[in-house]
Amino acid sequence: MISFVFYLTFLLIFVVVAVYAERKTAAFIQNRLGPMEVGPKGVLQTVADLLKMLQKEDIRATAVDKVPYLIAPIIVFAAIFSGYSVLPINSSMNDAGISSGVFFLLAIISLDVLGILMAGWASNNKYSLYGAMRSIAQIVSYEVPLGLSVLSVIVCAGTLDLHQMSVLQGGGILSWHIIKYPVLIIPFVIYFIAGLAESNRTPFDLPESESELIGGYHTEYSGFRWGIFMLSEYGMMLLISILGAVLFFGGWNSPVNGLAEGPIWGAIWLLSKALILIFIQMWVRWTLPRLRVDQLMNLSWKYLTPISIVMLFICSLWKLWLIS
Amino acid sequence: MSYFKNISQGIKTTWKGMSLSIRYFIQARKSRKKEAVTDANYFSDANRTFTVQYPHEQIPIPDHGRYQLHNEIDDCIVCDKCAKVCPVDCIEIEPIRSPEVLGQTSDGTPLRIHAAKFDIDMSKCCFCGLCTVVCPTECLTMTKEFDFSTTDILDHNFSFSKMTDKEITEKSKEFEDYQAAKLKAKPELPAIKKEVDVMKKPAAKPVFKPRIPKKK
Repeated sequence: MISFVFYLTFLLIFVVVAVYAERKTAAFIQNRLGPMEVGPKGVLQTVADLLKMLQKEDIRATAVDKVPYLIAPIIVFAAIFSGYSVLPINSSMNDAGISSGVFFLLAIISLDVLGILMAGWASNNKYSLYGAMRSIAQIVSYEVPLGLSVLSVIVCAGTLDLHQMSVLQGGGILSWHIIKYPVLIIPFVIYFIAGLAESNRTPFDLPESESELIGGYHTEYSGFRWGIFMLSEYGMMLLISILGAVLFFGGWNSPVNGLAEGPIWGAIWLLSKALILIFIQMWVRWTLPRLRVDQLMNLSWKYLTPISIVMLFICSLWKLWLIS
Repeated sequence: MSYFKNISQGIKTTWKGMSLSIRYFIQARKSRKKEAVTDANYFSDANRTFTVQYPHEQIPIPDHGRYQLHNEIDDCIVCDKCAKVCPVDCIEIEPIRSPEVLGQTSDGTPLRIHAAKFDIDMSKCCFCGLCTVVCPTECLTMTKEFDFSTTDILDHNFSFSKMTDKEITEKSKEFEDYQAAKLKAKPELPAIKKEVDVMKKPAAKPVFKPRIPKKK
């Protein structure tokens, strides 16, 4: 229950800050200033945007299939947010405490595909349906390298429990997985790329691709319901980043053994690691252009999947060699 | 082999793009100085934040900017050349002649005509600058003032005349009296034929359609 309140509050604050950070990052990379007018240096711009969005009319086209149309955003958000239940916050807070935590997480967040398909199909709009189909093709195919790269970590750590995994990485930066097992660097890169694709972020934002499909699967949504889709996208970003921090960068452990430890510091370490990963996601977004559909599939099936299978094999050998 | 070449090319190009964009991100700490285009190092630090937040700050404009027109009415001899040369007819002048020399402009030209009306409609102006070229006393100039947007289009009509209505009627009365007195003093001239009479069009000749005799 504590982690539910903690993560929900953090996610809601995070979305407001992250949209501002995203716009500022984009602006700085493009020699601009970004929002500057609302509040000092424009910090209240997102709050103003949020208030405007909440006041908007909830428009429903007459030809939509009502029931799936209305519950789709809830399914998407619920699927993604339930992934947070297995993420440990600090050494003493591990809410769900499922021993097969990673497995549960990957299984439950893949349900958001269902919500996306519902949204796209029920909208009764060719662009929405097209966006939904693209999204599903993308998420399903990128789940393979994502799962395999996570499996490499599991092979090295020897546990599926994320809390247990964090405990194993305690004791300074040298015991973090990515340093302890240098072979995990390539699985981390694959995990990061696949994570970008999972959260539908540029350069894998084909499902939305506003220049081609208007808004993709959420074209027909407005106001609060659209806001839930937005929240889910940022929720997915944060989830992938926190999971990455737990899997590769020691979770809630501090980089120096004995420095700044304790329940509050644990949460701060975990979230700051995740926020650095989110900054990298934003940096990628404003650098790389969008992939074409065939390039997207090429990258997943021809490159990331074989490489992650090879890396899984190498990780297994490394583990066997280290034990013996 | 092209498989591994593709991978290395992908990594290389991604790395190149990412390092470029992070360089810009770091450079964005500083914003560029708001220098005029005439400054020597205007182009040297072009990679910094470029935005000029206009109402709060602006790039300096050279003093010889060619924007809003200004007429120094005390120096104007109301020669009407600017109004004649204007390709879009945005200058409207109403002169009142004066019986004697009124005074001098700052460059010594004698003033003989009052400007009852000297209006420049800046919403019509095409900023060609021809009026400033023809102005004999150089009283009509283009200034560096460029932000003269208004909510009412009539406010774009800039009036430079300083004369009040009372003055205008007074001065025109004065000149009429002078003209009448002059006419009285002179003997009556023979009436000149009116232009209309001289240039009268010849009456149109009646046109008949020749009658074609019917064949029998």
